[in-house]
Amino acid sequence: MSIWNKSYYESVKVKKRMSNTIIFIVLLAGSVLLLSPIWWMFATSVKDMQEIMAFPPTFWPNDWYWINYPETLKAAPFIRYTFNTLFLTMIAVFANTLANSFIAYGFAKIRFKGREVFFAILLATMMLPAFVTMIPHYVMFAKLGWLNTYLPLIIPQFFGGAFFIFLLRQFFRTIPNELTEAAKIDGASHFYIWARIILPLSKPAIATVAIFTFNGAWNDFIGPLLYLNDESLYTLQIGLQVFRGQVSTQWNYLMAGSLMVLLPVIILFFIFQRYFIEGMNLTAGSKG
Amino acid sequence: MKKKKRGLTLEQKEGLQGYIFILPWLFGLVAFTAGPLLFSLAASFTNYNITSRMDFIGFDNYIRMFSSDSLFWISLGNTLYFVVFSVPLTTIGAVLISVLMNQKVPGMRVFRTIYYLPAVLSGVGVYLLWMQLLSPNTGLVNTILSWVGIQGPAWLFDPNWTKPAIIFMSLWKVGGSMLLYLASMQGVPQSLYEAAEIDGANPFRRFWHITLPMITPIIFFDVVTSTIGGFQVFQEAYVMTESGEGGPANSLVFFNLHMWNKAFVAFDMGYAMGMSWILFIIVFILTFINLKLAPRWVHYEGGK
Repeated sequence: MSIWNKSYYESVKVKKRMSNTIIFIVLLAGSVLLLSPIWWMFATSVKDMQEIMAFPPTFWPNDWYWINYPETLKAAPFIRYTFNTLFLTMIAVFANTLANSFIAYGFAKIRFKGREVFFAILLATMMLPAFVTMIPHYVMFAKLGWLNTYLPLIIPQFFGGAFFIFLLRQFFRTIPNELTEAAKIDGASHFYIWARIILPLSKPAIATVAIFTFNGAWNDFIGPLLYLNDESLYTLQIGLQVFRGQVSTQWNYLMAGSLMVLLPVIILFFIFQRYFIEGMNLTAGSKG
Repeated sequence: MKKKKRGLTLEQKEGLQGYIFILPWLFGLVAFTAGPLLFSLAASFTNYNITSRMDFIGFDNYIRMFSSDSLFWISLGNTLYFVVFSVPLTTIGAVLISVLMNQKVPGMRVFRTIYYLPAVLSGVGVYLLWMQLLSPNTGLVNTILSWVGIQGPAWLFDPNWTKPAIIFMSLWKVGGSMLLYLASMQGVPQSLYEAAEIDGANPFRRFWHITLPMITPIIFFDVVTSTIGGFQVFQEAYVMTESGEGGPANSLVFFNLHMWNKAFVAFDMGYAMGMSWILFIIVFILTFINLKLAPRWVHYEGGK
């Protein structure tokens, strides 16, 4: 009965405000902790080695050696690596958005015998650790004479990835069937419906696949490590690993190089974060 | 009669188109998954070295693995250590943070962005950064620890602390699955909480009896995928130890690092493919157990 009385409500409100303030402070402290490594990377990248080795370490650099950045760029062909990485990343984004949306359309909008079985197999392959097929892949590409070329990194991308197919299929299923049925009655082919109706309606989901693919290809280390030998083919990830061998413990150069490699991802994240979150919502929604 | 014989029925035509759409995936399934799996199974019973020999040697690779390769057991132990600690820690951490974030606190969207950011960063740059952060004397981690009077360990230089260091690093990326939990928590009907509040349930009970059951499908998904992911730990060890050797006292020789060295350094490919099948079987069994245990604790709404 006293639930409805005013003072009870007031006390609930005060309590709520207090707990919210505490949560806010906890989250704020957590944010500072989580972001501090990125600041540390930047601060280290503009220090000289003497200051990096000094104890206690400084949070705000005493002297700012911006020269570390051009020095780093001079020390290794990072421009070349950047072009290589961009090339591979762009192809990966193109191939993945194209192939996965095409395949997902088949699973989402066409009835055919064995569809559910194939889809179950698709889900099962998501559980397969990539390392299990890595060695046979290497053997296969070696026999094809594709070692030290970009082909092993490019060609498989055109055959779809289970997670992206799953994600897009979930999204396509939210598009009403009446739309596709109506187009079919008007004589449209499935190819037309996929290209002209489903794809334009699925921009957020396609963008999510594109952004995840970009991130994956940009950060891919194992693929290039396995297949590329010539320095002229190296990507940024391999370049950074090699660079580390050259400058060993010159932490300012290492951090400058690392930051330059991570920066495009950070910028992209802030611009397109809603697509990252969209992808998570899709995944969460389909599991709940 | 004529009609029936000529061409396919509408339904068959439709079905054929379905196969055309999934054809790229079907091809990939055969060429990049099923074929390689069978090849590696067959090759694991040979002394294959990619260039010259491929003789059938029965179970020799597997016998060697279990009886005379001490690194095999060390690598398996290291990997289990990593999975056993990192999976529960990151899961609990992600749930806790998403609970905090799900309270209507001002600035939630900004917090969400900040907490998620580390999860999108990966690759060599991140490992180099953590090598610097974990540097024993002048790194950020031990500096912060020293403020609260803790003398930090030597992390990557002390065999007892190398794996905790890697686990610690994985906690930085806890925001990835946090986002999944947050998305699913926001799908919990508000009316449930209101009803519980009227019944006088405190916040802890509301979490335990409403939020937690409602997000169990995501916890299940997260545990399954991060267990599988945990068994694939490789890059951290490869980049953060000298030329992939596996750190002081072999403390970072993970299963996949050992497999990598066998396959691509020693070119003992038959043996390495045998190892990959052991990995496959372990992951398969764990996933199977997870699936079997799921009905006991995973709550599916409407019995879906």
